[in-house]
Amino acid sequence: MSTQTLSPAYVRSDMLPAAAPPHRQEGAISWLRDNLFSGWFNSLLTLLGLAIIWSLVSHFWPWFAHSVWNANSLAECRQIIAEKWGDGANGACFAVIRVRWHQYIFGFYPRAEYWRPILTMGLLFVAIAPVLFSVNASIRRWVLAGAGLLCMVLLAVTASPDWSVVLVWLLFAAALLLAEYAPGRLLIVTVFYPVLAVWLLWGGSPWYPFMLLMGFAVGYGVSALVPRGMSAATGIVVTVLWWVFRAAPVAGLVTQILPLSLPAIQSSVFGGFLLSVVIGVSAIALSLPLGILLALARQSNMFIIYSLAVVFIEFIRGVPLITLLFVALVLLKYFLPPGTNFDLILRVIIMVTLFAAAYMAEVIRGGLAALPRGQYEAADSLGLNYWQAQRLIILPQALKISIPGIVGTFIGVFKDTTLVGLINLYDPLKGISDVVRSEFAWKGIYWEPFIFTGTIFFVICFSMSRYSMYLERRLSREHR
Amino acid sequence: MSSQTQTPTEMPRLGADTAIQIRKMNKWYGNFHVLRDIDLNVAVGERIVIAGPSGSGKSTLIRCINRLEEHQSGQIIVDDIELTNDIKDIDKVRSEVGMVFQHFNLFPHLTVLENCTLAPIWVRKMPKAQAEETAMRFLEKVRIPEQAQKYPGQLSGGQQQRVAIARSLCMEPRIMLFDEPTSALDPEMIKEVLDTMIELADTGMTMLVVTHEMGFAQAVADRVIFMDQGQIVEQNTPTEFFNNPQSDRTKLFLSQILGH
Repeated sequence: MSTQTLSPAYVRSDMLPAAAPPHRQEGAISWLRDNLFSGWFNSLLTLLGLAIIWSLVSHFWPWFAHSVWNANSLAECRQIIAEKWGDGANGACFAVIRVRWHQYIFGFYPRAEYWRPILTMGLLFVAIAPVLFSVNASIRRWVLAGAGLLCMVLLAVTASPDWSVVLVWLLFAAALLLAEYAPGRLLIVTVFYPVLAVWLLWGGSPWYPFMLLMGFAVGYGVSALVPRGMSAATGIVVTVLWWVFRAAPVAGLVTQILPLSLPAIQSSVFGGFLLSVVIGVSAIALSLPLGILLALARQSNMFIIYSLAVVFIEFIRGVPLITLLFVALVLLKYFLPPGTNFDLILRVIIMVTLFAAAYMAEVIRGGLAALPRGQYEAADSLGLNYWQAQRLIILPQALKISIPGIVGTFIGVFKDTTLVGLINLYDPLKGISDVVRSEFAWKGIYWEPFIFTGTIFFVICFSMSRYSMYLERRLSREHR
Repeated sequence: MSSQTQTPTEMPRLGADTAIQIRKMNKWYGNFHVLRDIDLNVAVGERIVIAGPSGSGKSTLIRCINRLEEHQSGQIIVDDIELTNDIKDIDKVRSEVGMVFQHFNLFPHLTVLENCTLAPIWVRKMPKAQAEETAMRFLEKVRIPEQAQKYPGQLSGGQQQRVAIARSLCMEPRIMLFDEPTSALDPEMIKEVLDTMIELADTGMTMLVVTHEMGFAQAVADRVIFMDQGQIVEQNTPTEFFNNPQSDRTKLFLSQILGH
């Protein structure tokens, strides 16, 4: 090597090979020193943190440790705790959950029909698996197997009829097989799931909701026959006409030929997590497409469309959700033709959807704004029309950017479903708890139901959050 | 400085085979008059290099040709279709005119192959297999068929720009616009892109190229157009343009970019 020379001229004669990086100190001690005790101030903070954790745990732990699961009233709980741990001891009375858990899950749904909401939940996983886990077969398998197992457990603890267990077995076996060999076919379940869910939950004849779904097919079919310029508008008009004039009579006709009927269930008996999930899942599924349309409308050059979107979004965002729920409860009736009395749960779903869509629109607009102008220009310069450019180029990227915000909105919407307790629906947090407490045996019990419902909410919301992280990781790996 | 516009000594013959015709075209950004009375005829197969200082309106000019920018007065006729507010006409022109951007503008969420097949499949309604075959043919032409399954983010700048050229060519356009295609590239990658463009020129493609690469202009162009302050100041064959510039602005510009 000629580095010894002082002259400015220098020519490297041999290239350096790549060397291994220097060793890092590893092990628990060095980790502790680096992360918890690096300097006196950080050591102090660490000790302070430990003290806070200790004081929290030491306060709550006895309450959990003394918990009673077998009792028939709060008084009995207290007696057991006093006998076992001495007078003045504190303890949780989770017995209320053991006795009344089914109300927290199903509300006042008739016990003999519990298999219907359980099956609906199971099918929900079958319906979303091919959409959410379209790439990874092993995750899809585990999700389906887990959902099947959960259904079995729920069917067992609710003492559901044997044939319903067999039915769930068969359905999940079929779903798992399809997921393995033809995952695309599972999308059929996804398409018909709304009809299936409405029929299973509310009973009656499946044909009316089915005919509503068919409206889309009819509209699409007619729009394909009409020349291009008018096809979209014609499709929409035909769909609406079908809904208003043809869906009910055709459904009646089919019902006469094929009477597939389940005992009808009134909306008033819905409650607990059944109610929350019905409202939450519907609002989540509907608010995403609506939010996308609103976000695009707000970016539009067309003045009317732009203004409508802005007014809608700002109005909805400027009003608390509870106001909209009261509108659903009371005011909506005044705006509708006299005699129409459509379901309160449906009205609530509409309001929650509109509320979520306004927030969704703003989240997605953020994603749209983050895309470089060049993407729009490249799509334009290739001759793609507006909808092609949005669907193929703009939205896939904008939605990917917005995933954390979108899932955040989803989680918010799902938790907001507990607000329906304020319009006399039995939400799991307040509505059902009030019912439980109105029985003398459980008067004065507060924390235990909160912890139970809180845990279930946490599990569901945390799953959504993990899913969003999985999706972000997957997409960033794909797109680099 | 003289403000005269020299008539070029030799103009290409125009007629039935005119690819682009621009008449008295004006454009403003707010109050700023970006393009002033542009008159330009481009013959089929002609290769034109547009040069000029930054802010002279040369990019805006070629972006008007596929209506990425809207002009406010005058006429632009591309392939017998006049550009108006008719969206269908605009999409038709755009599908016949390819464009290559300074910053490539590849679609980062699609593979190289998908980038190339997207427009043929959705705009030309070409079957997927045929679109992929066409795409591979053009990727081979720009010499990166082996990168077809990669995402744009995994490629170097020069490779990305060659993919962008292939993506445009997959629509089998009659006219190609290049908006400073090498300005965002590292020096060592400029050549591979210019070589690709030269090969394309040899196939007889009608090309309008905004560039500062005067070597490319001399090697390929039929005509060099010099723009300043939103107007065409001088146009001529490359030989005449570089050896015998007429206007003072052109002389100043050439001395600035060639004199170091």
